[in-house]
Amino acid sequence: MMTLKVNGREHQVDADPDTPLLYVLRDDIKLNAAKFGCGLGQCGSCAVIVDGKAILSCITPMVLLEGKQVTTLEGLGSVSEPAPIQRAFIEEQAAQCGYCIPGMMMRAQALLLKNSKPTDAEIRAALEQHLCRCGTHMRILRAVRRAARLMEAADASSTTNRSAQ
Amino acid sequence: MNAPLILDRRRVLAGGGALIVSFSLTSAFAQDQAPAATPPSKPPGSLAATAYLDSWIRIDADGSITVFTGKAELGQGFRTAFQQIAAEELDLPFESLKVITADTKLTANEGYTAGSRSMQDSGTAIQNAAAQVRELLVAEAAKRLDLPAENLRTENGAVISPDGRRLSYGELVAADMLHVQAQPKSRLKDPATLKVMGQPVRRVDIPAKVTGGGVYVQDMRLPGMVHARVVRPPSYGAQLTECDSSAVEKLAGVVKVVRDGNFLAVVAEKEFQSIKAMNALSSAAKWKESASLPKQDDLLNVLMHLPSQDSTIFQRSDPSVSRGKTIEAIYTRPYQLHGSVGPSCAVAQLVDDAMTVWTHTQGVYPDRQAIAEMLRVPPASVRLIHVEGSGCYGHNGADDAAADAALIARALPGRPVRVQWMREQEHAWEPFGPAMVTKLKASLDSNGKIADWHFDVWSNTHSMRPGGAGSMLAAQHMAQPFAVPAPRPLPLPEGGGDRNAIPIYTFPNAQVVHHFIPAMPLRISALRALGAYHNVFSIESFMDELAGLADADPVEFRLKHLEDQRGRAVIEKAALGFEWKSGQKAPQDRGFGFAFARYKNLAAYCAVASEVEVNRETGRPRLVRAVAAVDSGQVVNPDGLINQIEGAIVQSMSWTLYESVTFDDTRITSIDWQTYPILRFDAVPESIEVHIIDRPGQPFLGSGETGQGPTAASIANAIANATGKRLRNLPLTRKRIKEAIDA
Repeated sequence: MMTLKVNGREHQVDADPDTPLLYVLRDDIKLNAAKFGCGLGQCGSCAVIVDGKAILSCITPMVLLEGKQVTTLEGLGSVSEPAPIQRAFIEEQAAQCGYCIPGMMMRAQALLLKNSKPTDAEIRAALEQHLCRCGTHMRILRAVRRAARLMEAADASSTTNRSAQ
Repeated sequence: MNAPLILDRRRVLAGGGALIVSFSLTSAFAQDQAPAATPPSKPPGSLAATAYLDSWIRIDADGSITVFTGKAELGQGFRTAFQQIAAEELDLPFESLKVITADTKLTANEGYTAGSRSMQDSGTAIQNAAAQVRELLVAEAAKRLDLPAENLRTENGAVISPDGRRLSYGELVAADMLHVQAQPKSRLKDPATLKVMGQPVRRVDIPAKVTGGGVYVQDMRLPGMVHARVVRPPSYGAQLTECDSSAVEKLAGVVKVVRDGNFLAVVAEKEFQSIKAMNALSSAAKWKESASLPKQDDLLNVLMHLPSQDSTIFQRSDPSVSRGKTIEAIYTRPYQLHGSVGPSCAVAQLVDDAMTVWTHTQGVYPDRQAIAEMLRVPPASVRLIHVEGSGCYGHNGADDAAADAALIARALPGRPVRVQWMREQEHAWEPFGPAMVTKLKASLDSNGKIADWHFDVWSNTHSMRPGGAGSMLAAQHMAQPFAVPAPRPLPLPEGGGDRNAIPIYTFPNAQVVHHFIPAMPLRISALRALGAYHNVFSIESFMDELAGLADADPVEFRLKHLEDQRGRAVIEKAALGFEWKSGQKAPQDRGFGFAFARYKNLAAYCAVASEVEVNRETGRPRLVRAVAAVDSGQVVNPDGLINQIEGAIVQSMSWTLYESVTFDDTRITSIDWQTYPILRFDAVPESIEVHIIDRPGQPFLGSGETGQGPTAASIANAIANATGKRLRNLPLTRKRIKEAIDA
């Protein structure tokens, strides 16, 4: 039995320590966003954020995550209260089948947390490990740029709110 | 396509004695291009085969309205488009509708979701059904209000009289009112008055997809569900000679090992337990393999020397035209992958002899037929429900995974079984897009126009989709196996290997020969655009070679041979958007390319202009920008159409520059993204522009596949323009470009 912190909540997980995080998230904690794409660390569909960095959950054994904060796409927002990155992907209609998109979004979220105004080259470099087969790349790039603007606007308004108080 | 199957629900309803109401329609806006003198005898689209209106639209007494389609949402976004169409014709708010997709218990049998036909088959059916349902509701209201129907209008889900009395659809609908057969013609909305159709309505499926909603079959979790993995043979035809599974059965969580001949699978309580057990079972299994694969680097000769059935599919002759300069060329395409990012998956459950399979198949009815045959049970005892999977782009492992799940679930009655293919399994076992060879020869007349044209194409069939159990791996591998059905060429005018082999251009002399190859050394089936990808690549590359021979601008040269006015408009639009100019010169190390096709010569038109940069040191090509124009008939959702064309350009670019299945004499060796590389973000273009030519009131032409061929040829033409070297063997890899530059 191991304790895993996912999206701000602690979960008691009964799985072998070598179980990759992906299966713990999907099978034990019943989350959907992190996807099985290759199990080989080649496609990015399973990306989640651990302590602020995007990692590939399909090749990360659970035992390495003791005491760390895991964030999945579900932890960012919901249909009724979407996070800026989620709003951006909806507003840009940046999906076809959408299977690769959660992984892309987590990678982009990790990038934007570190670098609020990434250049196009920096966005492409961050997403380089991620595959999309529908060819939605142009929209994904636009959505990440839009997310950067939305996050900046959200930061600005929360700063204004704080200073007003 | 298979013989139509009997719909369970239809049979039940027909037995109840259908009320057939006929109603006349005047001044109908027909979506049919047939001359007015010969009115169609059947209603349009899929209504022709499934005529009852309540197969498409259901209105409940509480006013809730449901639209049914037999097509499967594969990420194309048509669920949203269909909802727009129904909302428009029924005068309902877009949000008030619900769309149910392919399910053998609930929806019409619309065969496969394939061939860019969803809009024209199902979209047309829903549009006409909705319009006719609206007419019935108005007629009922007229009766109740004792007013002429012409005086009534519909708005927001109700029929409204001139004095403001309002009868909601829910109030108006009676038991069997919609159980009537559709009329051949409908009173469709005047295209000038459309409110919902033609708008870039946001897709209804995207919010759940970007928030971790349970959208995909991979996300299903049924009570008591177990996880299965299949151990596939290491190569085609391999025989399982030995498998002591006793140690595997003792592993933690293992529920069962299922063996039936060469079909081997393991079931566990938890997902990662099933993977560990699969690995152990794989080690325990001993196989006898045989070297049966052809030489990968000699596909040209392999294909041209296999026995073929040859047919001349087009001939035109005018001996009076003189022939001058002549050129010929051979173009090849390798086997290529669908390469879904999410490997195939299915869930099946056997309860009281009734098998239910949740699957991302493209054809719930044909797949049900195949699974029933495999299980040797009546089709009525099997239900298939489509649930979205990862994008498929044709016949990938979806149907095989559904068969796997059904076979395993039969061995565990009552328990839902989820089968997830591994990455290596999808890469090695999906049916590939077939390899192809084309040989072209043409002459110019003294005016620099094409005087004669010869086109030969060698190809397998382009569909081995189920219908028969033998199309599915599980059925092939069972102890009492089902034989792979004999392949058949797909009939023209849509065609398979010969799809788009007949030129759309007008040449005074032309001959097109299809060499259909029945033998299939590698497992193949339908990949997006079928033969059109390679045939358009060949024709449009060769048009540029001939334009060069005639010393003509490629765009002008095409227009000089094209009579089709809509085709000309698309070419002109793309050229304008690209700022294509005759005699233009691309910047250093860059080239401009152009290509055009009308998909299947009867569906959407698409032209693509491109700019490609070639690194002369390494040979590495990069698509810098692409400008496309598309005419897909009346547009329902312009952003959805743009998304499809953008995606087609990016995917086709990946096929064209990077992709080929690899194999040795026994095994497929391209088994992951390392060994089968596809496009990554560093190679994504700087910009893609899509210009739409809308044709209000014209039939829907679909758009999913129209961009594949033109993109390939446009890129090849741009590479030739940049390097002065013509590459005719797909993919146009860095290595091949470098060798051509150095030659």
